[in-house]
Amino acid sequence: MLSRTASHLYWMARYIERAETTARLMQVGARNALMPDIGGGYRNDWEAILQASGTLEVFRDKYGETRQRNLETFLFFDQDNPASVMSCMAQARENARVVRTGLTSQTWDAMNSSFQDLKRMHRTERSKLSLQDLAEWTSNACALIRGSIASTQLRNDGYHFMGLGFTLERADNTARLLDVKYYVLLPSLTYIGSGLDQTQWVTLLRSMSAHRAFHWTYKGEITASRIAHFLILNSQFPRSLLTAVQGTCEHLDHLARGYRQTSRAQSAARALYGELAEAQVEDIFDEGLHEFLARFMRQNAGIAGIVQDTYLIGEPA
Amino acid sequence: MTRQEQTFFNEMLTGSDVRAAYESLQRWQADMPSELRTLKQHEAEELFRRVGITFAVYGEGGDPERLIPFDMFPRVFTADEWRKLDRGIRQRAAALNAFIADVYDRREIIKAGRIPEHLVTRNEAFEKAVVGMRPPRNVWSHIVGIDLVRTGRDQFYVLEDNCRTPSGVSYMLQNREIMMRMFPQLFHENRIAPVDGYASALKRTLASVAPQKCDGEPNVVILTPGQFNSAYYEHSFLADLMGVDLVEGQDLFVEGDFVWMKTTEGPRKVDVIYRRIDDAFLDPLCFRPDSMLGVPGLMNVYRSGGVAICSAPGAGVADDKAVYTFVPEMVRFYLGEAPILENVPTWQCAKADDCKYVQENLSELVVKEVHGSGGYGMLVGPKADKAQIEAFRAKIAERPENYIAQPTLALSTVPTFVDEGVAPRHVDLRPYCLVGEKIELVPGGLTRVALKEGSLVVNSSQGGGVKDTWVLAE
Repeated sequence: MLSRTASHLYWMARYIERAETTARLMQVGARNALMPDIGGGYRNDWEAILQASGTLEVFRDKYGETRQRNLETFLFFDQDNPASVMSCMAQARENARVVRTGLTSQTWDAMNSSFQDLKRMHRTERSKLSLQDLAEWTSNACALIRGSIASTQLRNDGYHFMGLGFTLERADNTARLLDVKYYVLLPSLTYIGSGLDQTQWVTLLRSMSAHRAFHWTYKGEITASRIAHFLILNSQFPRSLLTAVQGTCEHLDHLARGYRQTSRAQSAARALYGELAEAQVEDIFDEGLHEFLARFMRQNAGIAGIVQDTYLIGEPA
Repeated sequence: MTRQEQTFFNEMLTGSDVRAAYESLQRWQADMPSELRTLKQHEAEELFRRVGITFAVYGEGGDPERLIPFDMFPRVFTADEWRKLDRGIRQRAAALNAFIADVYDRREIIKAGRIPEHLVTRNEAFEKAVVGMRPPRNVWSHIVGIDLVRTGRDQFYVLEDNCRTPSGVSYMLQNREIMMRMFPQLFHENRIAPVDGYASALKRTLASVAPQKCDGEPNVVILTPGQFNSAYYEHSFLADLMGVDLVEGQDLFVEGDFVWMKTTEGPRKVDVIYRRIDDAFLDPLCFRPDSMLGVPGLMNVYRSGGVAICSAPGAGVADDKAVYTFVPEMVRFYLGEAPILENVPTWQCAKADDCKYVQENLSELVVKEVHGSGGYGMLVGPKADKAQIEAFRAKIAERPENYIAQPTLALSTVPTFVDEGVAPRHVDLRPYCLVGEKIELVPGGLTRVALKEGSLVVNSSQGGGVKDTWVLAE
């Protein structure tokens, strides 16, 4: 496969994943804004959310105050915000458009129709669109695209490059969300927080669409250690770091098998997976959650870098 | 009857009777309630948008992805009409190729005094870099787009030839797909020759001109300037239909005697490049040094027979508007046949007598730039006001060799859906002739229609639309 084609497929997937993360953040932020304002309340929360998507500076320069209306516009429609749903979907769609030959007509159709919807919504008066609708629309659109990919794309190398885009981006996004909130989980392993902490933890779970899943998985109290375990080490939760890295390993193995050529990316991903598979929550807290997550993001980015060098640049080996 | 219907040949009518070929269409449109028509028109637009068949216009503001208006009323050729066109088009494509091969080789036609030397050697499209070259099968222009207009029952004229990279074939294919999807009953009622063999014919043609150094199945690619090019959709569409890679200059590199593409499994040799970029951008080492679209060193590989480029660099020498005048002469000279398709009578402003005539009759004539395209830089005398005419008079006086003039042709009309119902609108036709081991032509082409009442300009950049083009089977 042409390296550039692989690269477009990979980035298309990354942007879809990113759009979905932003939509999640919007939902969380809006929900928090409805919560009682304990100790500085929602304003700080929106800032944390902007920080999570790495766009706090851009927002401040453009809008100043964190008013909800501005935030909605900024997170959903604003093309100056590289992480807005609009920007991500436009990027995803542009990448798809360039490599239409690598997509089935259903996948292209799902991608393109979503984008046309989005443009239509962009022209709609803002007051007629609720944040909840916008966020739901995003998860639906992304589900449709993922579904088309899963059910119609050939399981060839292109499929696995898309897969890598999804898993690498997801690992990064989960780690990033967790990192923004790490101070909530920090105090101590046995610490059972105040009401506010509880709320914040629940919020964190919600942002991963994992609130109910958590309760199914762990009986009893929401604790820092259980949340960390769930989001980092749980092999059943689809957005955990472990599951994401496992996915990365699988896609890399498929590629290596198809090309009859092992890659450095494979070894790097396996090493990371091995570490996570054996890790205990206690180890993570001993290292420091923030330190652990920072290291994880570096390693994950490292794998992405090797994928880039090995497959997507196409320099003669 | 309006004045227009009396003056221009209406392809649907003989006198006031509907011709047999159009009977079922006439019933179909008469029976279609206007709500259904609106509905279908929207459906068609939606389909075009969803498939992503757009052409991009950047830098004008607004939506950069525009739709070319699609008119649902098909244009019909009978088997008889097409037979003559088919022979004429193939003949012309063969002669054009013979001409290009000759001017880069022994220049027999110049020596024989049948075409002035300066029209060839001082032509901007003449490539010194390929003099003496002989591309595989000595084919230079592999996809020849010949623009035709009709002025009467049996009267067709060639408006211009496109020997480089004629575009629009994706519309020919998609217009048909959409008509079949929306109006299947029309295809039961009429025996319409299919056009969907085009992609495999194109691939066959490209593969047939693989260089000798290529052993095994040739690796064919399409070279595009990239996603911001207005015809990018077409490039990716054709790549998809043929099952070949769509590459940009950055995906290719030269090493040793070959051109390679960068793949996820390392370099892979490229044998045939169907390029959709201009000569000037192909190779920064050979042509424009500032080109970011091309591949450094490509021309060296090409000259040493390591890769085929379609159309061959330099093929444009045959399709400018000054050389155009001599195409019938080429047919006689190389093929020893009488030309089947006629040229539009053309005055060359480079000739003093012609220029004088043109200057005296500007309000009657269409004046074109020799190298212009897309309907720009053009004067339509009968439609122009005094100021426009005077502006052109000055331009012609300044650089006469840059202009040619032709009579205003009474372009035929085809019924077209308009706000008030159905009305005649002017059309032209671009068939796509493939030249490789064989000459192939799918029965059909792209019909462009001037949607504005009375307008003779069919270019999509100036308010033109497209129609499905039917050739009825024998």
